[in-house]
This record gives sequence, C-alpha cells and structure tokens, in this order.
Amino acid sequence: MSKRIDVGDLNVYYGNFLAVEGVSMAIEPRSVTAFIGPSGCGKSTFIRTLNRMHEVIPGARVQGKVLLDGEDLYGPSVDPVTVRRQVGMVFQRPNPFPTMSIRDNVLAGMKLNSNRMSKSAANEVVERSLQGANLWNEVKDRLDKPGSGLSGGQQQRLCIARAIAVQPDVLLMDEPCSALDPISTLAIEDLIGELKQNYTIVIVTHNMQQAARVSDRTAFFNIAGTGKPGKLIEMDDTTKMFTNPSVKATEDYVSGRFG
Amino acid sequence: MSVATKPPAQNSLAHNQLPRYTTQLVLVASAAAGAGVSALWGGFSIVSFAVLSVLIFVIVNTVLSAVVEGRRKAVDKLVTSLVYTAFGLALVPLISVIWSVLDNGTARFSMDFLTTSMRNVTGLNDQEALEGAAPFIGGAYHAILGTFLITALATLISVPIGLLTSIYLVEYGRGRLARSITFFVDVMTGIPSIVAGLFAAALFAVLFGVGTRNGFAGAVALSVLMIPVVVRSSEEMLRIVPNELREAAYALGVPKWRTIVKVVVPTAISGIASGVTLAIARVVGETAPLIVTAGFTSSINTNPFSDWMMSLPAYVYSQALRPLSGSSPQPSFDRAWAAALTLILIVMLLNLVARLIARLFAPKTGR
Repeated sequence: MSKRIDVGDLNVYYGNFLAVEGVSMAIEPRSVTAFIGPSGCGKSTFIRTLNRMHEVIPGARVQGKVLLDGEDLYGPSVDPVTVRRQVGMVFQRPNPFPTMSIRDNVLAGMKLNSNRMSKSAANEVVERSLQGANLWNEVKDRLDKPGSGLSGGQQQRLCIARAIAVQPDVLLMDEPCSALDPISTLAIEDLIGELKQNYTIVIVTHNMQQAARVSDRTAFFNIAGTGKPGKLIEMDDTTKMFTNPSVKATEDYVSGRFG
Repeated sequence: MSVATKPPAQNSLAHNQLPRYTTQLVLVASAAAGAGVSALWGGFSIVSFAVLSVLIFVIVNTVLSAVVEGRRKAVDKLVTSLVYTAFGLALVPLISVIWSVLDNGTARFSMDFLTTSMRNVTGLNDQEALEGAAPFIGGAYHAILGTFLITALATLISVPIGLLTSIYLVEYGRGRLARSITFFVDVMTGIPSIVAGLFAAALFAVLFGVGTRNGFAGAVALSVLMIPVVVRSSEEMLRIVPNELREAAYALGVPKWRTIVKVVVPTAISGIASGVTLAIARVVGETAPLIVTAGFTSSINTNPFSDWMMSLPAYVYSQALRPLSGSSPQPSFDRAWAAALTLILIVMLLNLVARLIARLFAPKTGR
C-alpha cells in the first residue's frame, strides 16, 4: 500500500510570488525521506503540494507534475479530496479535534466522511491505529475521554494514529516534533522507524540530527535571499549527505557553518 | 544559612506605607462626614449624602496617601477610587430599574396574572375591584403566549439565515461580495427597530393587503433586527476556530462542507448558541415593530398567521398609556408593571439559559 512519488520540475506560486522553483525528485516507497533547510526555504510549502494541502491557502498554485505511482496528482479531473485520502499528513502542532473523544479522534477519517462501519470493525481500527502509533497502552483505559486532555507528545501520536487509521499510501510529516520535548520526540522517531515498514514517509525537520537518525534519504532546500524562490539544492542518501555531500552549501549547512 | 534582613528604616527598597486598613477607615469617616455635612446643608438627602461622601473620601484618601506614601501611590489611589465611582454610577440606573419594577410589579404579579387574558375585562371590573366589591382580574397570558410564538418564529427565520451567512463569510466569502455583505450586516445592526417594523408592515401590506397584521408579520420584523446580531456573533465564533482543525480534517480527505458541518460548527457551537440566545433576549423586548405589525388584542390568539396578536411589550404599552378605566387607572398601571416584571424575568431566564448552553456545549477538557 505504499507508493512512490515522482516530482517533475515543480514550481509553487502564492499569487504571483514564486515560492519554490524547479524541484524534481523521486521519493522511494517504504522509506523515510527528510527535507532539511533554513526557515522560509519552501520545505513546508513543497511538502504541502504533495497532498494538495497548499490549495487551502488562497492564491496558491503549482506548475509541474507530481506523480503518485505514475498517476498525476494535478491531472485535470483529480479531486484534491481523493488525493488527501491517499496522502495523509501530520502537522507541526498537535491538533486533535477538541469536540471528540480519543476514540472518535482516531476514527475521525471515517466518521467525518460518514462511512458506516460495525462496532467491532471500528474497535479494531482504533486498536490497530493506536498500537501503530505506540499510544495504545497509554490510552486504552480512557478512550472516551477528550483527546485534548492528553500531553503534547501523546496528542501528536494521536494525530499520527488518526492519519494512519485511514490507511494512506504516503504519510507527510511537517516538523512533527518541533513542539515536543526530547522524550516525546524519541517516541515519535521510534514510531517513524516502525511506520516505514508499511508507508512512504516524508518528514520536514529543522533538526539535522533527527534527519540523520530517522531518514534514508535527505533533501536539502535553500534560498538565495529574501523574496527569492526556494530551490532543491541536493538530494542523496542520508549518510552521504551528512558525510560527503557534493555541494558546498549542503556541507556548510549540515556542518553548522551557517543557518 | 540564614538570610539577614536590614531593619526597615535602612532598607533602600522600603517606603513609608499607610496601614492596610486606612482606606476602609477613611471610607467610614467620610461617610459619616458626608452625612453630617448633608444634614447641616439644607436637610439630609440620599443624593447629597452620596455625592459629598464620595467627594470627601476621594480628596482625603488621595491627600493622605500623597503626604505619607508619595506621588505614585496617591495617583494609584485616586484612579482606583475614580474607577470604583464610575462602576457605582453605572450600577445606579440598573438597580433603580430593577427596584422600581419589583416594587411596582409584585402588586399584581401572580399565577392568576400569568394564566388569564384580558378578554371581557373592562374598566367597570377595575372600578369594582378598587372599591373592594370584586377581585382584581385580567392577566397577560395572551401576551406571554404571543411573545413566545412571535419570538420563536423570529428565531426560526433568523438562525438559519444568520448562521449560513456567517459560514459563508468565514469559510467561503472572498472579495467584493463578502465585503458588501459585511457592510450591509453592519448597516442592518443600526436599523432603528421601528423602521424594521414599518418594513415588515409594508411588506405584508403589499403581499396580503393593507392593514394585514398578525404574529408572523411581527416575527418578520423581529428577524430583521435579529439576523445581523446572529451573523455578527456566529461570525466571531467561527473565526476563532483554529485553522489547524480545518487542515487536520482536509488532510484526512474530508470535503470542505463536511469539515464545516462536523468540525468547525461543532467546535464553535457553544458560542453560537449563547450568541443566538442573547439575540433572542435582545429582540424579545422590542415594542415598536410589534405594535405596527402584530397589533393589540385582549384575547388569546394561538395562530400567528391570522389575526392580531398581543405581545408583552405591547401589553405594557397599552396598559400604561390606555388604561381600561380613565377615572381609576391604577389597576391597569399595576398590570403594566407586572407585565414588565414578567418580561425582565424572561430575559433573565434567557441569559441564564445562554450561560448554561455555553457550558454544556463547550469542548470538554479533562483527563
């Protein structure tokens, strides 16, 4: 169920402003791909184009191709809603639905779409997803309590459980640990390691150690200056990126010489 | 390890301070002084007593503080007393209104008043009652019923329109159309209520003939007043729903309309519901638009779509301005006050309901 993504010469615009220019890359299935780079270089903008979430912002549009197992996400009659059912996303700040219990939060993908399912099937989804997000043991006795009563790290794992409950092909994570403490971060990183058995994972991170720890391949984005578009500088295996990158800017960034 | 403190006089951080109970003492003293001066100065009266005491208190308290504690503390005390005075002044009309309504309204307020109408009650009955030959009769049941029916209909009209408008403005509206809707909603907020009434009266005159008056026309007039309030309050509530929740739903492949219906509105429902209740409380006491649309009657009318219908404000108005018996108007005045008391109780009840709703629907936190 995990799929590969091929991006061909993608430009992202906000209105007339070119935010990201000329990105081409291949994202392998059942692997973790990390995006690193300084703030404002277009990592988040780019990752949101992979499930058409950028369209939520008025005026945002793209040129180019994004292929999910060879099918164009931006084809003429493609519904962004269908795309998002296959490409799930976890956000920077944990955002469980405050009106729902933990159980309903996990089932949100089905419940909000009014998909009927039997109680036993629902229970199974809840348990499988929460197990998958390493949260089951912590919340199994209080599934009917509100999700907003959990700690930040637990909330983020709840959001991951919610995202994998609908069984997407790809899971996008936009700085999933930036609002969390080191212990919760470790829990999420372990979880990413387990999830890549089944999912294609793309993660944006500001933490280079994290990129080195969790990812198989790393992409470095950079920006020439304010008002200039962000560009993909280099993409390679993570070990190579952090030991022997082929571009000077990458080496400067990963070694902490700038940024 | 012990921490040594310098004696107070040498501590550079310390200043002279008045004892804590100084303010209370000054307050009591200036109340006494105010009473004295007021009595000496042309006879004691509540108003001169209050004004003089407050004046004496503000001056003494500030000067005392300035002399002992320094300028900053003195300014602090001056402004504090001014703020309290302003608060007290704002309370005066409120308490006075509640007091006079309670004082005058309880005379005639009873179960009998709430459950009978004015049908066949004449000035003769009032005169007999005054002479002690018969009990006081005549109540406001028909007006209470009318108020409930008209307000319920107005709510039924305004809530869907208002809520959908605010959803449009927050979730879909862009550009000129949304801006002009916002502008017209603002204009509508400022419409004088009599104009709304005349609008509804004219509309029904065109549709159903001149002189058409019924409860539904009144409901239309009230909804003209209610819609902008509902739009405004729901808009505020929908805007404070965090965008992250919408994005979370979109990222799960939920279409926009389902996101709105199942995530955005439920998250904001407590605020929307209490806003609606407050809007109801706002229009339930409207008089002018109902007089020109629903008219007056002394009998019970349960059908808002035909015939004139009484409402509580119109009842107060008619009893106060057109007593049944010209020579002995007191029973009518008593009924007017009792109806006013009923109206205030209804509005108070609605406010309580609004708070209850807000608490019931609020997103739950807890572990």
